[in-house]
Amino acid sequence: MTTEKQKILTRLKRQLLEAQESNPTLIAPGDGFGLGPLEACFPFKVFPTGTIHEFLAENPENIAASEGFMAGLMAKLMETGNPCLWISRNRKLFPPALQGFGVWPQQVIFIDLYREKEILWVMEEALKCEGLAVVVAELPDIDFAQSRRLQLVVEKSRVTGFLLRKEPKRLSATACTVRWSIKPQPSELQSGLPGVGQPRWEVNLLKVRNGHTGSFLLEWAADHFKFFETTTAIDSAHSKQAG
Amino acid sequence: MKRYVVIWFPNLLTDWLAIRKPELKEKVFVFTANVRGRVMITAASKAAEMQGIFVDTALADAKAIVPEIQVFDDQIGLSQKLLTRIGKWSIRFTPIVAIDLPNGLILDASGCTHLWGGEKGYLQMILQRLREAGYHCRAAIADTIGTAWAIARYGTISPIISSNQQYNAMLNLPPTALRLDNLIMQRLHKLGLTQIGKFIQMPRSVLRRRFGEELLLRLGQALGTVEESIKPLVVVLPYEERLPCLEPIRTKPAIEMAITKLLELLCLRLSNEGLGIRSATLKGYRVDGRLTEVQIGTNQATNQVAHLFKLFELKVATIEPALGIELFVLTATKVEAVLVHQEKLWSGKPGLADTGLAQLLDRLAGKIGQQAIRRYLPAAHYWPERSLRPALSLEEQAETQWQNTNPRPMEMLSRPEPVQVTAPIPDYPPMNFRYKDELHMVKKADGPERIEREWWLEKGEHRDYYILEDEKGRRYWVFRSGHYNEQKSEWFLHGFFA
Repeated sequence: MTTEKQKILTRLKRQLLEAQESNPTLIAPGDGFGLGPLEACFPFKVFPTGTIHEFLAENPENIAASEGFMAGLMAKLMETGNPCLWISRNRKLFPPALQGFGVWPQQVIFIDLYREKEILWVMEEALKCEGLAVVVAELPDIDFAQSRRLQLVVEKSRVTGFLLRKEPKRLSATACTVRWSIKPQPSELQSGLPGVGQPRWEVNLLKVRNGHTGSFLLEWAADHFKFFETTTAIDSAHSKQAG
Repeated sequence: MKRYVVIWFPNLLTDWLAIRKPELKEKVFVFTANVRGRVMITAASKAAEMQGIFVDTALADAKAIVPEIQVFDDQIGLSQKLLTRIGKWSIRFTPIVAIDLPNGLILDASGCTHLWGGEKGYLQMILQRLREAGYHCRAAIADTIGTAWAIARYGTISPIISSNQQYNAMLNLPPTALRLDNLIMQRLHKLGLTQIGKFIQMPRSVLRRRFGEELLLRLGQALGTVEESIKPLVVVLPYEERLPCLEPIRTKPAIEMAITKLLELLCLRLSNEGLGIRSATLKGYRVDGRLTEVQIGTNQATNQVAHLFKLFELKVATIEPALGIELFVLTATKVEAVLVHQEKLWSGKPGLADTGLAQLLDRLAGKIGQQAIRRYLPAAHYWPERSLRPALSLEEQAETQWQNTNPRPMEMLSRPEPVQVTAPIPDYPPMNFRYKDELHMVKKADGPERIEREWWLEKGEHRDYYILEDEKGRRYWVFRSGHYNEQKSEWFLHGFFA
């Protein structure tokens, strides 16, 4: 392939991207989510808001880690003062823990439901509401059509949606923009101090629409994400599991 | 100008029984009760009246006229019960209905008749519907209750007495039409005053001296010089709108149109007064005489038609029109002052005061119930399960601060799960623990954080909490119940850290 062809291809790709993401909400990279090199995986190198993010969590430990990471992102999204809606079935999230990640628990409205159908209905209704910063739904499984519906809603309202898939039974394709998987990693303490350190996670980007996958090591340092150079501890094979 | 309709049911009890037992129709039958040791007739059917059997004759006399007469026991309070039921049914014609014992109804028809094409159509509709149901009845409309009452029972010319014509209408009626008691009636009869016209011109002082104050009062009430008040069956709430339908409504689009129309009327009134709806009830009066109703509630007082309609829209499916609904009544059962910023949709302050959010929550509450929606505020307790409490409303602010001295787990189990622990030294964190058949080697630990049970609330052991991190970096919240005891220490897993 000649360089000229290459140039045309990149230009076309760019145009295609712009057409698809009709109205990307751009946060200037400077005041982004502080995810460091992770943000390079996203289109335009910006964390995509106004779309649906999907978090896979197979066990309670991963669920807790995902919720911690999500809370860190929520804190940034809720900076405008808009509240968050947290839809769940059999919720175990302990609201006071959210403040450790910069989210005021009283700014979160919990909807506790029993049926999956109701969760989907509430999520769709909530995503239409522009007064919300972010909508989180705990839902183990979702099929393509359902996720497409949610994606269509947010494309209009530009509300960010998080789907926390607790112990999913099957991993089919969804219309979500990003698929994450967060796993806890051993924390580190400064020079042999006793106790437990700051929460540290292995953040896997399993799927990014118009972006690329990756695996990163992040720490929540009191009020921001701290990025660590990918160490040997992280198995690079994870990044190939894109769904 | 007030207009009253009085409906008279000459055979209320017998008609009612004939409706329930169709075989009694056209039969001679009576209700009786024991009066001073004699069996007296308290109600007679139309057929019995044709035979000359009237109320207040002895049953023995009636049997002499018609030997095959059927007799039923009268129940105390039955006619009141019946009248109340018919009265509530007739709320479709006017909001103010009162019962007039023993056999009448009073309707305040002021401003209602034009909906049925004038007073004639109004009366005809009422009588037609009652007669279809099987009641014999007569009705009259006049400026005063007294005149309407008299014309309904004794009138011969027209049941509609136009405004200020009470005097002329009463002239030819017998004095019984004035609702007088027996003693005065007898006295009038003795004096040969068989028509109201014969004494209506007499000086008031003469009438008072001979017949007492009551005659003057009743005359005044009939002519409209004395005010007469009625006690409505159902008190009309200040914020209520009614929509009578020309044809009974039974389809969803039509019901939705009716709701929109009512909401527009009600919200216009409310917004003029700076008020908004917190809860509202929609009642549908059905053709078959039953009532169907739905209720909505909001989180924030609102008078936005579009939003309130969406709330009702969720409930339309539960309205049963059956053969059709002929009257809708929308009542605001709770109103509150509305916040001014609500007028501008979506442009309110961001945060929990946002109108869009309140409307979303209303819709959710309408579908899934208010109890499913929760928001938490800090509570002044250290005990983890009690450290938060549900907020009562969206506006409620925290009274205390969230505690942030010690970290709390992201996921907390509603019921702590027992774990097996190896902890060699008292008050030191465990070396390892076994949870769900998996052994976790503790690499890092923090604690203990002792949390005492609040003895004034419940009895039990304190808890010593430890934050444990295992070899894979998974973080747990584990506690020991009570003091260290080599054999019998009980350990529990209570949560997972991020």
